[in-house]
Amino acid sequence: MSQRTLTCIGCPMGCSLTVELSEGAVVSVTGNTCAMGDRYARKECTAPERTVTGTVAVRGGTAPVVSVRTAAPVPKDRVLEVAAALSAAAVQAPVAAGSVVLPDVAGTGVAVVATRSVCARN
Amino acid sequence: MMRQVQLAVIGGGPAGLAAAIAARESGVEDILIIERDKELGGILNQCIHAGFGLHTFGEELTGPEYARRFIDRVEELHIPCQTDTMVLDLSPDRVLTVTSRARGLEQIQAGAVILAMGCRERPRGALNIPGTRPAGIWSAGTAQRLVNMEGLMPGKEVVILGSGDIGLIMARRMTLEGAHVRAVAEVLPYSGGLKRNIVQCLEDFDIPLLLSHTVVDIHGRERLEGVTLAQVDDQRRPIPGTEQYIPCDTLLLSVGLLPENELSAAAGVTLSGVTGGAVVDETLSTDHEGIFACGNVLHVHDLVDFVSQEAALAGRSAARYLQQGRHTGSAIRLEGKNGVRYTVPALLTGQSEEPVTVRFRVAQPYRSAAICVYADGTLLRRIPKRILAPGEMEQVTLRPQELPEGTQTVTFCIEEGTK
Repeated sequence: MSQRTLTCIGCPMGCSLTVELSEGAVVSVTGNTCAMGDRYARKECTAPERTVTGTVAVRGGTAPVVSVRTAAPVPKDRVLEVAAALSAAAVQAPVAAGSVVLPDVAGTGVAVVATRSVCARN
Repeated sequence: MMRQVQLAVIGGGPAGLAAAIAARESGVEDILIIERDKELGGILNQCIHAGFGLHTFGEELTGPEYARRFIDRVEELHIPCQTDTMVLDLSPDRVLTVTSRARGLEQIQAGAVILAMGCRERPRGALNIPGTRPAGIWSAGTAQRLVNMEGLMPGKEVVILGSGDIGLIMARRMTLEGAHVRAVAEVLPYSGGLKRNIVQCLEDFDIPLLLSHTVVDIHGRERLEGVTLAQVDDQRRPIPGTEQYIPCDTLLLSVGLLPENELSAAAGVTLSGVTGGAVVDETLSTDHEGIFACGNVLHVHDLVDFVSQEAALAGRSAARYLQQGRHTGSAIRLEGKNGVRYTVPALLTGQSEEPVTVRFRVAQPYRSAAICVYADGTLLRRIPKRILAPGEMEQVTLRPQELPEGTQTVTFCIEEGTK
């Protein structure tokens, strides 16, 4: 048996949640004052995920970088690797909002898409 | 002859865009959006993180994506915009003095004006931090623009003063770009940021949040070399003996936002001493005929969705003013007391039967309290709240019909303890 404490992000209450875990499985959640806390704790302790946003360098564009996001959330423990992959990447202008910048970022199987457009510099 | 427009919208950020769209949809043909940056979208362009639009679109967009939806609509409606243009002055009779490289200095007579200039960050100079004045001290929003739009990193070893949302977001952003964020110091015993940001921007990366701490000294001559942090007492005075030196090359300040109301003041609009924004009625009209205000220039919001809603109301109201003229008559005063710092609007003129959304902030965190609404001392509404926090704007919807005949003042206050 192990224990984890979390702060619920469901609302401004920020309940302090205590999660009992046995071999990676959630046994109980306490400290929550609503169902949102229970759901959050179970997800967060078994398969936490985050959407990563950042920028990617643009060659020949009207802006030096383009803002991007992962098309789906990635496992939380891969966030720093995803961020490093974004820092190392570069794309050629023009870049259209919504276009795929990296098809599979850091081997997560998740694509990275542009969240704005950058025109080519004349 | 002076250039004429029916409606001038000052600012092309989320407030200005939503206001212009609503005004056009309400029948105003001749609109001009004036934006000082080179593109529309305002601060959303540098807010590349996700979390915008949950209320409006039911999905989590990034700032640029949220802005794009409104910019696309402005383009569909062929609403004229003038970017790279700064409004220098607004006269009481709605003459705008504007300047741009393309057109030089010109004056525009507007039939109505919507103030949508947003806010700016409180700078170091407003804090009286002792110490030297080296390079490496930035407002969090400036750093955000450098990193997210210019592709530049302000530094590698970072301390953040203030736990407002921009500071929290930048703690994560700098970390993801390879910097080491050593601490976030907050002078208050609680954070003014959203809970979600504390968890996902600080706790996810083991960044310490030092509550009741502030910067008491800044070291370094050319470049910042370090800061001294100290704990503060309940009067926010540094406690001797608690000082700790933290080496860093970058200090980011996230210590509050100030509505940018120089133009409102120039026009003679009455401003609130609490919000810094205009005093408005439920149509978001200021006390100056034909001048309306919305968004962060009116009061600082946490969620852009509410900015868009509020701005759309300003747009509809400006359209009604242009079509029907000014409403005259007496007004009911709205006031905040006992923990409610202010209300927007501050006046109810009874121009429509539509429900009125009253927005406000509380002065301190509360648990198990209630928002109470009184009409001249008679309890109208008691809304129990498990939690209230200064960082989260509250709102109450009032129906004009529920106010007793002859009401003069409606008071919003917090009552503690459950009854």
